[in-house]
Amino acid sequence: MSGGGQALGTPPAPGPGTGTGERDGRTTRRPPALRLLARPEVGVFLGALAVLVFFLIAAPSVRQGGSMATVLYQSSTIGIMALPVALLMIGGEFDLSSGVAVITSALTASMLSYQLTLNVWTGVIAALVVSLAVGAFNGWMVVRTGLPSFLVTLGTFLILQGVNLAVTKLVTGNVATDDVSDMDGFGQAKKIFASSFDVGGVQVKITVVWWLVFAALATWVLLRTKYGNWVFAVGGDQDSARAVGVPVRFTKITLFMLVGLGAWFVGMHNLFSFNTVQSGEGVGNELIYIAAAVIGGCLLTGGYGSAIGPLFGAFMFGMVNQGIVYAGWNPDWFKAFLGVMLLGAVLINLWVQRTATRR
Amino acid sequence: MDRSSRSGSRTSVPLVAMAAAAALALTGCSSGHGGKKAEQAEANAAAGKADTPRMTVALVTHQAPGDTFWDTVRKGAEAAAAKDNIKLVYSADPNAGNQANLVQNAVDQKVDGIAVTLAKPDALKSVLGKAERADIPVVGLNSGLADWKRLGLLEFFGQDESVAGEAFGDKLNTTGAKKVVCVVHEQGNIGLTQRCDGLKKTFKGTTETLYVNGTDMPSVRATVTAKLKQDTSIDTVVTLGAPFAATAVQSVGDAGSKAKVATFDLNKDLVKAVRDGSIEFAVDQQPYLQGYLAVDALWLYKYNGNYSGGGVAPVLTGPAFVDRPNVGKVAGFAAKGTR
Repeated sequence: MSGGGQALGTPPAPGPGTGTGERDGRTTRRPPALRLLARPEVGVFLGALAVLVFFLIAAPSVRQGGSMATVLYQSSTIGIMALPVALLMIGGEFDLSSGVAVITSALTASMLSYQLTLNVWTGVIAALVVSLAVGAFNGWMVVRTGLPSFLVTLGTFLILQGVNLAVTKLVTGNVATDDVSDMDGFGQAKKIFASSFDVGGVQVKITVVWWLVFAALATWVLLRTKYGNWVFAVGGDQDSARAVGVPVRFTKITLFMLVGLGAWFVGMHNLFSFNTVQSGEGVGNELIYIAAAVIGGCLLTGGYGSAIGPLFGAFMFGMVNQGIVYAGWNPDWFKAFLGVMLLGAVLINLWVQRTATRR
Repeated sequence: MDRSSRSGSRTSVPLVAMAAAAALALTGCSSGHGGKKAEQAEANAAAGKADTPRMTVALVTHQAPGDTFWDTVRKGAEAAAAKDNIKLVYSADPNAGNQANLVQNAVDQKVDGIAVTLAKPDALKSVLGKAERADIPVVGLNSGLADWKRLGLLEFFGQDESVAGEAFGDKLNTTGAKKVVCVVHEQGNIGLTQRCDGLKKTFKGTTETLYVNGTDMPSVRATVTAKLKQDTSIDTVVTLGAPFAATAVQSVGDAGSKAKVATFDLNKDLVKAVRDGSIEFAVDQQPYLQGYLAVDALWLYKYNGNYSGGGVAPVLTGPAFVDRPNVGKVAGFAAKGTR
């Protein structure tokens, strides 16, 4: 088992191969089934499947179509953010400010539109600019100073948390923003960010569609574009990547900006589905996004992972979260259940990968 | 000279053009409905001001950052301070040890009076003793109905959470509810637990508890929906904070349930919802009143020796129910964020 940790990091991640040492065992071809199992998303897929089957058996109400829509809705709001967080993690960095950045974005759009009595789309665009700027700032600070992103984004996390509260209080006089649901453009924006549609009598939230679309897009970028290769390269080994001509700074800054983009999208969903925004929200969600990415098979150390994995990671989180309620278990134990199930899932994940990559 | 002034004006032309374009763009984007303009229709009347010498009062609460409820308490305290010529020092920390330090800080500052919440009374015991020795009058508010006398406080303004819960249960009995789910948005918060427990005590039907993640609205929405689907016999959803009530209404819609929504606490969006019937009623312990009375009481004590309740009886600020018949009366105040 001594090679377990290393085995996790080395296998089939797309990236430049070394091409040396034909006979040292690293390049021997293993059976196709094992190679499939070694994909970063397989462990989490099995984990998610196990959780799904478990709750289908344990909680009768999960079997209704509407329940799955609820589970998917919860998963999608986590999952949309887990995607850029996962890409960033593959690129070797963290963003602890992602949870409150969602609220920052929603607050910006809401307060700007309301206070100046503008069409809400003005606020939506302004929020996008602010979110991207926050991401760019994080990225720039990280590449510029070489400090661990953990520290830099911990700083931004605290700053945004304070700014959210203080600016909201300063501008609105309250700790929540005013209701924008009767303003021009709201209906239109709600259609895009927070509507739902009918699938065989079940109301499915539009965020579920966006989530799947974004996951497909992220997968394509990671596996089929030059940018995707850059992401793996900067996360794997920054100095080697730079040596072979990968624009490390550009890649890292844009990865942070992608997190900003995700925060903007989820922020807009929050705003247009709940009409007002509570300034103190979002704290703690950054860890859930990171958890979804890690459960989804992304390595905390970077250089390895996928976009499909976090999709299942977020689903698993949503499923456990709602499944416990559907099963009607004693709610006092809720968090403990959640922790045990997540830990269990991570262990399955780890075990599958170790078994699959052992030689 | 000529050249520099011309170059100056040349650079300023595009700038002006850009500013004009931006202004135009913003006007073009303006909303014909709602927004700040609609809100500004209302005006405020300011109260008079006392001519007593300036005094300093510290208000120390166990507020967590960004809580609507405490924001209203603080507004009440600020209004009283402005009227009584008081310098109000507000500080808060949900951690009991930290709150005790904040009270100590106020004692060190030699303030003229302290208003404090007793969420965890025993943690504050020693520091309140120090205030007493320093001859600083202390009043209690909000939490600590059972403990303020024991800790030697002058008077108390508030309503115990369990009393509010019991009143809520009584009110539910009159609406014909059979099965309610009590949505707790912060697991382990004693005040919220007391509300649910109080409700259970007086409510004749069955009560279930549901924990949700209060810092993530989409999660709250999905979890309440899940609960309503899991147990279709639930006919009333009880939320313990105003923002969660509006979300619960959406959950009821998502789940296709017929459940009604009732809530603790109040904000301006809730007033609208009570008026259009999507929320049955809200019980309010009048946080504004708690903050206002606590600060005002310290002023009265200093300049006229008055104190309410004779040191034995608390001053109850609730429960005040807001439902369809009386919602019109409080709507205007709630819009200002003071009710």
